[in-house]
Amino acid sequence: MSFIAEISRWAIPCLLLIIPLAAYFRKVPVYESFVTGAEEGFRTAIRILPFLVGMLVSIRIFVDSGALEILARLLQPVFIFFGLDTELTAIIPLAVMRPLSGSGALGVATQLINQYGPDSFIGRLASTLQGSTDTTFFVLTVYFGSVGIKKYRYALKLGLLADLTGLVASLWIVHKMFY
Amino acid sequence: MVNAIWLFMLATGIIVAALNGRIDVVTESAMAAAELGVETAFGLIGVMSLWLGLMKLAEDAGFIKALARFFGPAIRRLFPTLREDSPALGAIIMNLSANILGLGNAATPFGLKAMQELQKENPHPDTASPAMITFLALNTSCITLVPATIIAIRMKAQSVNPTEIIGPTIVATGCAMTLAIIADYLIRRRSKS
Repeated sequence: MSFIAEISRWAIPCLLLIIPLAAYFRKVPVYESFVTGAEEGFRTAIRILPFLVGMLVSIRIFVDSGALEILARLLQPVFIFFGLDTELTAIIPLAVMRPLSGSGALGVATQLINQYGPDSFIGRLASTLQGSTDTTFFVLTVYFGSVGIKKYRYALKLGLLADLTGLVASLWIVHKMFY
Repeated sequence: MVNAIWLFMLATGIIVAALNGRIDVVTESAMAAAELGVETAFGLIGVMSLWLGLMKLAEDAGFIKALARFFGPAIRRLFPTLREDSPALGAIIMNLSANILGLGNAATPFGLKAMQELQKENPHPDTASPAMITFLALNTSCITLVPATIIAIRMKAQSVNPTEIIGPTIVATGCAMTLAIIADYLIRRRSKS
């Protein structure tokens, strides 16, 4: 696995070297070409600003007010209904938070890992869940927002279905591998 | 659906805060979050410019096309509505590669670039095209080979084996991605007939 970690470490320096070098040999005016592309960076970043602000404000109020905790408590019976251990309900805030906010989910996961221990069932589950699902809701609003899409059609349902699959699969694989 | 969720989070948050007698939290959180949104967007300007500049270089040198030709046959099966030589394919491949390698801040510029290219081929500019939805489903359920942040947190929490979660993470993402691809395929086929 350290091999893969090495690839991640080297990927960016290699790209930064190889692309301009090879472009030069293909007679591309490298600096001018780079600058032309970079010009778009500012506009794209600014275009997503209102979507970031809108989403972050709503999510933050929802979490900080304690509404997330209440939602997690309301979901507990669902977990118990499926015959899952009551201890597992500790994972609910993370499962709800994960599609909404990357930094928020990381905060919840860190807290769970420290509270239950990294090598406990909850700790391993939180780690797996954090790595295997994405901030679907957030990504959708920002990506669609950046090109002016207003009607998402079935995109959100599909994304959340994938997240739910990730949750169920995490539960199953962690249980199977470690217990 | 997004409107409903957005309003739901906002309204329940404010009501809960009011009932708990902590209405001040709302103001504080709203201000702090708004500021964070601006910071995030501004923080993106630099990396965004860097990667879009590099991507333009790669494009002018013909690499993106070569990349699309190489991975194209596999990727294009997932995007049957795109043109053969669609420039979106290259950006999609770059985005997915960055995601797999865990290079989050490189993935976003490529992803937004892919969306712009997809939008050019979209007949209804205010409605998500099937290709966009497929792309976002892939993007959000994509495998990350090394979840570096979570490994660091496990290390700090004195885990005996911080990297042991890599295997299960790959399996869980694999399940999510497979199901997303299948569900997307079924939805598209049903809406066509």
